[in-house]
Amino acid sequence: MPELKLNQAPAHVRHGSNMGQPLTRRDGVLKVTGAAPYAADSKVEGLLHAVLAVSTIARGRVTHLDVAAAKAHPGVVDVMTPENRPALAEDPDAKTNPFMFRLDLLQNDRVRYPNQPIAVVIADTLEAATEGAALLAPRYETEPARAGLDTEGRFSPNTVGVGNPAEASHGDVEAGLAGAAKRVEATYETPAQYHNAMEPHAIVAHFEGDRLTVDTPSQGLAMAQGRLAGLFGMDPKNILVRSPFLGGGFGSKGFIAGPQILGVLAAKLTGRPVKLVLRREHMYGPVGHRAPTRQTLRLATDGDGALQALHHHTLTASSTFDDFFEPASDIAHTLYASPAIRTSHEAVRVDSGTPLFMRAPGEATGSIALESAIDEMAEACGMDPLEFRLKNYAEIEPLSGKPFSSKALRECYRQGAERFGWSKRSLAPRQMRDADGLLVGYGMGTATFPALMFQANAKAIIKRDGTGVVESGTHDMGQGAWTAFAQVAADSLGLDIEQIEYRAGRSDLPDAGIAGGSAHTATAGTAIHRAGAAVIAKLAALATENPDSPLYGAGNAGVIAREGRLHRRDDESRSETFAAILDRAGLDQIEESGAAATDPAAAGAYAMHAHGAVFAEVKVDPDFGQIRATRLVGAFAAGRIINPKLVRSQLFGGMIWGVSFALHEHAAVDHRTGRVMNPNLGEYHIPVNADVPALEAITVDEHDPHVNDLGVKGVGEIGITGSAGAVANAVWHATGVRVRNFPITLDQLIG
Amino acid sequence: MNRFEYLRPATAADAVAAAAQPGAAYLAAGTNLLDLMKGGIARPDTLVDITRLPGLDTVETLPDGSTRIGALVRNARLAHDAGFARRYPAVAEALLSGASPQLRNAATAGGNLLQRTRCTYFYDTASACNKRQPGSGCDALHGDNRLHAVLGWSERCIATHPSDFCVPLAALDAVVETHGPAGPREIPLEAFHLLPGDAPERETVLQPGELILAVRLPPQAAEFAAHSRYLKVRERTSYAFAVASAAAALRMEGDRVAEARIALGGVALKPWRAREAEALLAGQKPDAALFRRAADAALADARPSAPANAFKIELARRIVARALTLAAAGTPNRIPALPASPFAHQTGGAHHA
Repeated sequence: MPELKLNQAPAHVRHGSNMGQPLTRRDGVLKVTGAAPYAADSKVEGLLHAVLAVSTIARGRVTHLDVAAAKAHPGVVDVMTPENRPALAEDPDAKTNPFMFRLDLLQNDRVRYPNQPIAVVIADTLEAATEGAALLAPRYETEPARAGLDTEGRFSPNTVGVGNPAEASHGDVEAGLAGAAKRVEATYETPAQYHNAMEPHAIVAHFEGDRLTVDTPSQGLAMAQGRLAGLFGMDPKNILVRSPFLGGGFGSKGFIAGPQILGVLAAKLTGRPVKLVLRREHMYGPVGHRAPTRQTLRLATDGDGALQALHHHTLTASSTFDDFFEPASDIAHTLYASPAIRTSHEAVRVDSGTPLFMRAPGEATGSIALESAIDEMAEACGMDPLEFRLKNYAEIEPLSGKPFSSKALRECYRQGAERFGWSKRSLAPRQMRDADGLLVGYGMGTATFPALMFQANAKAIIKRDGTGVVESGTHDMGQGAWTAFAQVAADSLGLDIEQIEYRAGRSDLPDAGIAGGSAHTATAGTAIHRAGAAVIAKLAALATENPDSPLYGAGNAGVIAREGRLHRRDDESRSETFAAILDRAGLDQIEESGAAATDPAAAGAYAMHAHGAVFAEVKVDPDFGQIRATRLVGAFAAGRIINPKLVRSQLFGGMIWGVSFALHEHAAVDHRTGRVMNPNLGEYHIPVNADVPALEAITVDEHDPHVNDLGVKGVGEIGITGSAGAVANAVWHATGVRVRNFPITLDQLIG
Repeated sequence: MNRFEYLRPATAADAVAAAAQPGAAYLAAGTNLLDLMKGGIARPDTLVDITRLPGLDTVETLPDGSTRIGALVRNARLAHDAGFARRYPAVAEALLSGASPQLRNAATAGGNLLQRTRCTYFYDTASACNKRQPGSGCDALHGDNRLHAVLGWSERCIATHPSDFCVPLAALDAVVETHGPAGPREIPLEAFHLLPGDAPERETVLQPGELILAVRLPPQAAEFAAHSRYLKVRERTSYAFAVASAAAALRMEGDRVAEARIALGGVALKPWRAREAEALLAGQKPDAALFRRAADAALADARPSAPANAFKIELARRIVARALTLAAAGTPNRIPALPASPFAHQTGGAHHA
């Protein structure tokens, strides 16, 4: 790896060897021994337990709750309904920015989706609260549910995702289609999916005077603090949100959700600390999901297999009361060169909870459809799918015309294909069998995810004993952020990782933005890097300006921070320890802050994306259609890798999710009622160990001087993209049957 | 969950007396019942914990060569009993294809017989279900019913019985020993579960309070040991209920089938014995065409309970034919690493699993 970009204090270099090391996660032992405190583990004196009562209907009004029966149950302390819910300073239906989602906080008797909270029962024990909720026996005035993508009222949303245009194009797609040698048109369906983090949304809320402390898993501590402050009319400084560990988030914990806030309201109502933990089935409504899509792809090529037109159209669904439109078509902006590209979105409104960001929002759904269509187009051209992708390799971002800040995708294709043994693939489907007679298929997909930057802050401190403290309210969702940021922090101070303390996971630390968009390492890491640079600059000034220091006068030459010492850059034999410098200055510690955000100049000039190539082998029983993914090789180029071990785990997790997307996950929605019929981990299938193939994740060297100081692109989501399509394409290659309705189930193969 | 009385009787007679009261339910491992209680699907007033009853947790060979499996024998213990697995390999393979290791360590033999359907409408208390609430209707009939019954269903209920264990037991003429208010009795496993008919709320022939003491495999059941398999098609490789499954057991005499046993799982509200298919095989030389005819016979009465599950009929035929083929090839020396799976390797060789 080249030397870090030194834009903060170019005179001074910090040398470290922490970044790039495959350190084992610091939280690992704590987690396997049960010592890592999750939100629901919080113990507060006098704690009450709250349980939600949720609607069984999708649409209508609650006409009766048997509050008396619930209150009469031994142990029940109170029942919170719209009648007695404490007042809020802000309407839960207010929406003042696109990152603010409408909440169901018992503001009225209306029901707008199944599993909407309609009351909260608070009791001395979890058991009493649970039974109290059952005893409410709600009655409803029911209106017909609107469910599924065939619901009436299709419209074109103004924007999709977060402010992306719903329509975009360059060139003339219709002309390209009309004049082409080969055309493919196909429609793919993806189902609603639920995040299903292993840790359910949980909160322990505790008021002390005008101060509120909440323990709750959060991918965005400062935003959660701000949302609570707005709703409760409090000074954010009086709210402490603690989230040292998350048992997965995947986007569902990006914003504090309604049920968590109901836990705070229950604490307010009772004047006692309250714990509220969602039941698994209650997570199928008020905490977001991945919206279903129906995607129509129209592609055309000339006689040589060069794309002439690409139209990616998505129909998706949002709730009746809020806007989140899965931006599935947008993936076509980036991946394949074509003189004409068009992306478009339509939507319907259904009686479901509002969909939300779910790991690779838009990219995951869009990728499986686009990669399937590319495969179909390659087949129509009689070309190998890899050859076809290389033929249509985008040297510049096709839609914007911008150059890529870096793009090692060609190398990903090469390394991945070689490691996988792609050359042994038959061109025609249903040609390969294993020794047991099982059908064997090879498929591939291209992975991509934007290299985003949000906003983050950090503080770095050097103490008189020569050790360091670095603070940033970052979020460890299980991805290893605590470890990776400590590595960045140690290098930013030129200290060994054992010589620094890295503090994270609390809202009273510098705002680290969100752990989302695969941008956490890039953004908070850059803030940490800059905070370290700033405090080293301060330290250097103390030394170089003091005649008693061996570094006196080195201000122009500059110093190098390494292993707790500053060295004169042009004469490394002249050095001094951090401790000695502070000691002489009579300072207990010095501190500085750092901040990071999108660099508008870089973002304007370059298209910035991580890329990858995923190759999948599946086996299919020829009689039964039962499918097993048996081998997955992914090669990814995502800029600088802070911790190869954690990154490999992240990529594996994403690749497994790709298998899940292609073969397993779906919410079985009964379209008569809008209810999800499989709201549990027994019936909502995700891969079990026996479904997880032999995995290999290769990280391809990529140096990107534009994305951020660290050159980090992020790996949180890219693993899903490409993988799902690769598995789907492998199923086609194994069987000769193209299933376009995901997940691919055995009845669709043999039916 | 609701408040309930918890009793832990010391004798079977006390247990029967307590459980005969209205609203009482037996509790063994609770791997199904506790989930049902947490979901509000079952709300018993009294739980009669039988896990401390003496003498119900042994596997014994009786003088006549029968094997008696105590009602409290855990699934894992039974499946890993080498002597048992050698004599009844299809039963062991079926056990190991069910649930997860954690559940198999807890779940009991008797409880397996009494597990409730996995129909999602049964589990969803907001849905109409004649089994859960007699007379309320069946929301599965026109709902999400891709995996529902193709044999023995009625307009009142199209659910399936989820057990793997019961499928080879039915094939091997297992007998259920019980003790009820009227004393002990024996019930052929095949007659133990009831088809839905007009009263899907009645799931077994057990009377109120009647306690399963043991499941017994007759001496003849071991005569199939050399040619016995269980085959289970699932929507994921493990920890999933059968889309459809079959147990096939052959007693060979020379190159001919002397006697065949076939039962299907996941197709009806009870393990489905296929006697007509068995009869077709008796005295015949096994080959693919014969097995296909037997498979056709096994599903002769099948009809989809909804268009979405029509595929299960042909799937089940193929499973029967394959299970017979595997059984004819001989019971493997070891139960495969992926028990009952189409991905259990017939050819051996290292795999990544």
